[in-house]
Amino acid sequence: MQALQSVNEFVIKFANVNGTGSASANNLFAKAIFRMGLPVCPKNIFPSNIQGLPTWYEVRVSERGYLGRRGGVDIMLSVNPQSMPQDIKEVEPGGYFIYDNTKPLDLRLMRNDVNIIGIPLTRMCNEEYEDPRQRQLFRNVIYVGALAALLDIDFAVLTGLVEDQFKGKDKLILPNIHALELGYQYAQEHFDCPLGIRVRASDKVGDNILLDGNTALGLGAIYGGATVAAWYPITPSTSVVDAFDRYAKRLRIDPGTGRKNYAILQAEDELAAIGMVVGASWNGARAFTATSGPGLSLMSEFLGLAYFAEIPTVLFDVQRAGPSTGMPTRTQQSDVLSAAYASHGDTKQVLLFPSTPRECFDFGALSFDLAERLQTPIILMTDLDLGMNDNMSPPLTWDDARRYDRGKVLNAEQLEEMERYGRYLDVDGDGICYRTIPGTHPDKGAFFTRGTSRDEYAVYTEKGEEYEKNMHRLMAKWETIKEWVPRPVETQSEQGTDTAILFYGTSEESSMEARDYLAEDGVPLNAMRVRAFPFNHEVADFIARHERVFVIEQNRDAQLRTLLMAEFELGPDKLKSVLCFDGNPISARNIRKQILQQMPGYNVTPLRRERVVAGAEISS
Amino acid sequence: MSYQLPKFRHPDLPVNTLGYTRADYEGAISTLCAGCGHDSISGAIVRACHELALEPHRIAKLSGIGCSSKAPTYFLGKSHGFNSVHGRMPSVVSGANMANRDLLYLGVSGDGDTASIGMGQFAHAVRRNLNMVYIVMNNGCYGLTKGQDSATADAGSASKKGDPNPFSAIDLPGLALQLGATFVARSFSGDKGQLVPLIKAAISHRGFALIDVISPCVTFNNNPGSTKSYDFVREHAEATGTVDFVPMREEITASYPAGRTQDVTLHDGSVLHLEKLAPDLDPFDRVSAMVALQKHSAEGQILTGLIYMDKDSRDLHDVMETSRRPLNSLTEQDLCPGDKVLANINASLR
Repeated sequence: MQALQSVNEFVIKFANVNGTGSASANNLFAKAIFRMGLPVCPKNIFPSNIQGLPTWYEVRVSERGYLGRRGGVDIMLSVNPQSMPQDIKEVEPGGYFIYDNTKPLDLRLMRNDVNIIGIPLTRMCNEEYEDPRQRQLFRNVIYVGALAALLDIDFAVLTGLVEDQFKGKDKLILPNIHALELGYQYAQEHFDCPLGIRVRASDKVGDNILLDGNTALGLGAIYGGATVAAWYPITPSTSVVDAFDRYAKRLRIDPGTGRKNYAILQAEDELAAIGMVVGASWNGARAFTATSGPGLSLMSEFLGLAYFAEIPTVLFDVQRAGPSTGMPTRTQQSDVLSAAYASHGDTKQVLLFPSTPRECFDFGALSFDLAERLQTPIILMTDLDLGMNDNMSPPLTWDDARRYDRGKVLNAEQLEEMERYGRYLDVDGDGICYRTIPGTHPDKGAFFTRGTSRDEYAVYTEKGEEYEKNMHRLMAKWETIKEWVPRPVETQSEQGTDTAILFYGTSEESSMEARDYLAEDGVPLNAMRVRAFPFNHEVADFIARHERVFVIEQNRDAQLRTLLMAEFELGPDKLKSVLCFDGNPISARNIRKQILQQMPGYNVTPLRRERVVAGAEISS
Repeated sequence: MSYQLPKFRHPDLPVNTLGYTRADYEGAISTLCAGCGHDSISGAIVRACHELALEPHRIAKLSGIGCSSKAPTYFLGKSHGFNSVHGRMPSVVSGANMANRDLLYLGVSGDGDTASIGMGQFAHAVRRNLNMVYIVMNNGCYGLTKGQDSATADAGSASKKGDPNPFSAIDLPGLALQLGATFVARSFSGDKGQLVPLIKAAISHRGFALIDVISPCVTFNNNPGSTKSYDFVREHAEATGTVDFVPMREEITASYPAGRTQDVTLHDGSVLHLEKLAPDLDPFDRVSAMVALQKHSAEGQILTGLIYMDKDSRDLHDVMETSRRPLNSLTEQDLCPGDKVLANINASLR
């Protein structure tokens, strides 16, 4: 049998039981590779459960810098008998299946085209440790030690990481290093180390960091000047407010008084969470909430009010697989349409699509400037994959000369000089009017904020023409917004081509990797990453310049494609769909396959439509 | 009914210490039905704010949806107002209050807005002891949708449509006491003598102050058979006592009969002078207040006046230890840690 050979390019997947401490051991593995100068992309695939169900951790190692899911598994490390039948099937021919052989592998699961490596992890732990919890925890550390030998990981890097991790809890350092050594020795003595798949130190990481998008968003809110956070716990967005809380305790305590320069309200539900944000923003503070699909549905009533009454509002939506509770711990990009047109009546909401932790930080902070400048809700659309996984990212930076853009807010002096203030008077002709903050001036600038129709002076009216005028002005503002939101990122193919791919958020890495494969297949592609809605004219121009555009996204209904068709009044022929919605991040191989199948002249058996749509089924 | 506010003001209208007349605290002319109890409550709010010499622009008035929630248009025209979403006023006030602790938050709601669609938000604003005055204009029916029973309609009470309400009523003061409210009062729109000092006391209270004001709906629920009609409430109301509110700036000059009176100093130094009529109620004891409410209710009486007050109330800002400077006044310098801190954070992520 041919064993896979690869240095610094492979996919390894860990199969564990959740609640056994595997996440920190697996993280130790990923970080060790990262510290050896190799780009890594770990993805935690976990159940909606606290203890006892299968959980996986997939690590892409790529010296070439491919950070998306590739598809396929080269090395499977399985210590969970529950999932072994499925785990061994996933391994690529020639790949490796490493398992706990304290109990021998069921012969019916055996594969002849896979290298099987058994390490008696449970037995080793039982011999070494008395305490049942230690037996469980150190089993994970032992296999990381074994992998160090099998994959040629620098052992000193591992011990260095352990020392960093347990700084301050020094008694834990030696036992962990001992467990690493146990695994290392066992592998050295029993196998031909290293394997065909291995790592070699490199210098491809540069000054990048490993960070999850939710922490980056929490930091973005700190740097963006948010003082009020209101939220209701929901996976996968909870860690956004957790991060805000953690950093606020460090960075937002007034040194003189010891009091907090922020307030976090855990609301009774998402209805209240967004109401609190609207109230705080109306009153001149920068406020935000973080939620996921079900929360977004509950918030849509208030989003309509904030759109219509023009109240700055910041919402971070960390998307997960819906509808309803769906797959709450799996990723999707399936809230796009419900966010873009959130609420009843004619509404259009501003969306931002970050694709890296760095962009989560930048767009997170930018959201507050945009919300105040544009006086409307800003919905930042991230997802579980970006939010909850460590992603390699450029470092975070902040320009200390930057000032917050508070938008058009009148102060007492400006009000004093005014004849008559009109809250909804379009003085500048850009559709954005002047706000006042309650309590500013004794007798000028007060008005009644309301969700009902009103005239330019905020006085209640049911006159149709006044209502229409206001709705037209909101559309004029929509045009202004296009100039303020982040522009798309375009990548031209060196060869001329009339075919392109268009994607957003976490589909970026896999899409760009697939683009490289397709160039080798003779299908050169131009690429555009959309970073915001409303789409600005560059998006329209890009689509117009191409014969066909593949819109790559992680939902069933091709939601961004629908949005493009609706906003640009495009027919259905030009925009093709590449989709994945099985709850896993879309993979490069899957994208390549779906694009090839839809290219004219390619000799592939035509698939039934439902199979094409069901991208997940044909993923490898 | 007039539809224009007369411009003429008597030149000798009394001014308060800020130099404002009562007209400075009025709003637009009411579009509610003639005789609506809500208008009397608006009048009481105007009077209380004028007599306390509050700066109108330092008050924020917020409401949900319904007849009651239209009312803030009809008072305090110089204050910012927010007519929000049905049942969601408490969350909007919560956020607003977090943003600026220095304003006075006056929430106006109705029985549908509070006891049905907004029950959850009401309950949690009470729990958090949010610093606000929460006035329920309680008429036992949905006026704006033409008279359906609300959740505060008493069992057996019949509105104009004639069908007795088959469901038990939600008693807001009783509920608020159970939820830990620190100021609970009930009054009647037809009794301004009682309502005005209660509003003043509620304003001075630090924490959540509920005033459930029975406010008859003249159009849909003022008929014989209704327990929220003017006649019924006048016949069945029983006051806990009389309340006199003395702002910090004034001296207590009135004389009261000895023995049954008590002076209570509030957070801002004002004094609440209570004369007890209900001998079984100690308004500073939660259990006593709960028992008295239940007892009067069982006897078919409506207990009005100050029902309960926690003199040592700590509001949400006290509990959360937020900055004494309003959060909405903080700038980049207070809020943004700068690039150097970020460099350290980056270093910890490698």
